[in-house]
Amino acid sequence: MSRTLSTALATASMLALFALVAPAAAATKTMSGDFGPPQGTPIELKLVDPPGVPAPIHRDHPVKVIVRVETKELVKEMADGVRYDFWTFNGTTPGPMIRVREGDTVELHLRNSPDSHMAHNIDMHAVMGPGGGAASTMTPPGHESVFTFKALRAGVFIYHCATPPVPMHIANGMYGLIVVEPPEGLPKVDHEYYVVQGDFYTTGTYHEPGLQSFDMQKLVLEQPTYVLFNGREGSLTGDNALKSNVGDTVRLFVGDGGPNLVSSFHVIGGIFDSANVEGGTLINHNVQTTLLPAGGATMVELSTPVPGTLLLVDHSITRAFMQGALGEIKVSGAAKPAIYEKGPSGPFAGATKSAPQASAPVPASDSVADGKRVFNQVCAACHQGNAMGLPGAFPPLAMSDYLNAAPKGAINIVLHGLSGKITVNNTGYESVMPALGPQLSDDEIANVLTYVLNNFNNKGGTISADEVKAVRAAGPTK
Amino acid sequence: MVTPARVTTGRARWPIPMTTRRSVSMLVLLLMAAAAASAQDYRRLPGGEFDSALAVDGRAAHMQIAPFDMRIEPVTNAEFLAFVVQHPRWRRGEGPTLLAGPDFLRHWQGPLQLGDAIQPNQPVTHVSWFAARAYCNSEQARLPTWYEWEYASAADATRADARRDPLRNQKMLSAIQTQTGNLPEPVGTRPPNYYGVHDLNRLLWEWTSDYAAMFPNADARVPGSVASLALCGGSALAFADKNQYALMMRVAALVALKPVDSAPRVGFRCVRDVSGE
Repeated sequence: MSRTLSTALATASMLALFALVAPAAAATKTMSGDFGPPQGTPIELKLVDPPGVPAPIHRDHPVKVIVRVETKELVKEMADGVRYDFWTFNGTTPGPMIRVREGDTVELHLRNSPDSHMAHNIDMHAVMGPGGGAASTMTPPGHESVFTFKALRAGVFIYHCATPPVPMHIANGMYGLIVVEPPEGLPKVDHEYYVVQGDFYTTGTYHEPGLQSFDMQKLVLEQPTYVLFNGREGSLTGDNALKSNVGDTVRLFVGDGGPNLVSSFHVIGGIFDSANVEGGTLINHNVQTTLLPAGGATMVELSTPVPGTLLLVDHSITRAFMQGALGEIKVSGAAKPAIYEKGPSGPFAGATKSAPQASAPVPASDSVADGKRVFNQVCAACHQGNAMGLPGAFPPLAMSDYLNAAPKGAINIVLHGLSGKITVNNTGYESVMPALGPQLSDDEIANVLTYVLNNFNNKGGTISADEVKAVRAAGPTK
Repeated sequence: MVTPARVTTGRARWPIPMTTRRSVSMLVLLLMAAAAASAQDYRRLPGGEFDSALAVDGRAAHMQIAPFDMRIEPVTNAEFLAFVVQHPRWRRGEGPTLLAGPDFLRHWQGPLQLGDAIQPNQPVTHVSWFAARAYCNSEQARLPTWYEWEYASAADATRADARRDPLRNQKMLSAIQTQTGNLPEPVGTRPPNYYGVHDLNRLLWEWTSDYAAMFPNADARVPGSVASLALCGGSALAFADKNQYALMMRVAALVALKPVDSAPRVGFRCVRDVSGE
């Protein structure tokens, strides 16, 4: 027998042996952690508000971890000027991230604020037992429930309230993550953050200001008004953006609270060096977009080799652009042109030759085109593309007696907004038009008003940028 | 006999020294007024065929509701104060803790003082199921069964059963949600329902006589299992009509409580059987 053949046979028999052993091992699950009794004195877990996370665990033995959570119902903003009655764990959506080690015994104290209307409980997906703890934690206002479980499986898990009507408790923001670290801990990274996506259903439309109620019909149709990271539009942008430095690594613990939508979680300008598939032990590498089930989670790690802003989105991308699912990671540091460099840009040679007639712009048509652009981008959202408005909500600009009676008056309205009752074409309207002065230039306002006056069967007329400038300088008039 | 040092309702205060005959007679007048008012505040509900939103053994519960009289308003702080004046064992800190826990009437300033933080005409809350039952006994009445309560609450201003109206569902949810952080509003400020009963679907979870037997499972997502309501009192609960979110909130609020518990948004109203018919 040749050496090669005997090696091959040996390998084959080993493979066969492995094949025999592997299913048995899978069926019983490798008990890699420390599943003995908790050691030493119990530890109070120090919880922090999202997007912060508790410190990584560097223990080599199981302990009892005491976690204290309080359910609170409180009115908070979900977007600028939009208030909503959130139901929360610890006053935030998501609730605080809980972090323990596989084999730890968790003693959960669930307190329900005396100011709550509702009873609440907690279902933790890291729990093996009835209701994930929900069956043992139904807590009326002003009461506290305690239940204890052993964290038998490492992973990233959702927790949520499971009190009927369950979809409403989740839609109002009652979810968060519990991370059970493997016994050996997690690889070191430079930054750790905590993000949970949720879908929200309000009686008003997107960005309609004021106190919004939960809309049950939209919930049932699964047509949310908002899809948000961490329960508020802007919670992870601008001053609240997540931070990293050139050359650093970032770990994101990401969950999807639902209640309805699955998330196509993506970081624009980044690649996940690793992503824990569905929050379990299977690790995928070099991932562009990872799928988060509703009631599921993941842990992704990414490198930030160049400066700039990365965007967190649900790549079901309408949600990022029109429902709020947008966050930022701002990366500071020196440029790395070897990795990312912007070159010069301008018209290429053939382009100007092949279209000579289009390269001689007429100033008049430019201002018409600009007016049309502004109309379509700004005005048409409410007044509609045909300028006919919406009955009962937004007055028409087409054939408008109100507009044609005083075309110059429209300058003030566009600059400074308009509220209160008005009558247009014999129909009363009482809604609020926002002030567009801060957002539009004098030229843009002149162009759009001239465009509207000369289209949609209106009576014509011209508004100049100088006129707009004068009205702007004079300030709001009543 | 009655021996209060001070009885206070909201902003108006009536110090009642034991020795002052005039004050005692004022108190008697107050009690008589309360008794007289509550005696009239019942309306006849005709009963009849009714389908509960709750499921029994996985099916919608269809039943016949017998006629009964229902209090048109929940019992108020002022009415409950009059009750504890007459029944010292139901004063805060007096009765056995088996029947009323440490939170019993906690929002009152004292055992016989409402204080300025709450109003006499707000529904009384922070009352245990036992205390609610005792109050109704004192009015020659009883707590409603869940089904009686649900039957009465199915009405809106013009319809005996308005439960299929999604706008009504939304209004009920909004009415509750806009009260975040507040106690239930004073009674009697809103129009009555079809039967002449007020405030059934506002923020106030009302005790029913049989709630503990109906809702034994704290994890109420478990779909309907075996036992029936009629048998041995134990059954897992499911909702036959899954659109009644306001009703589910109510069930959840009650299911979390033991009969001895008191909660800030849990109160009650009473019903009476119709005799001789």
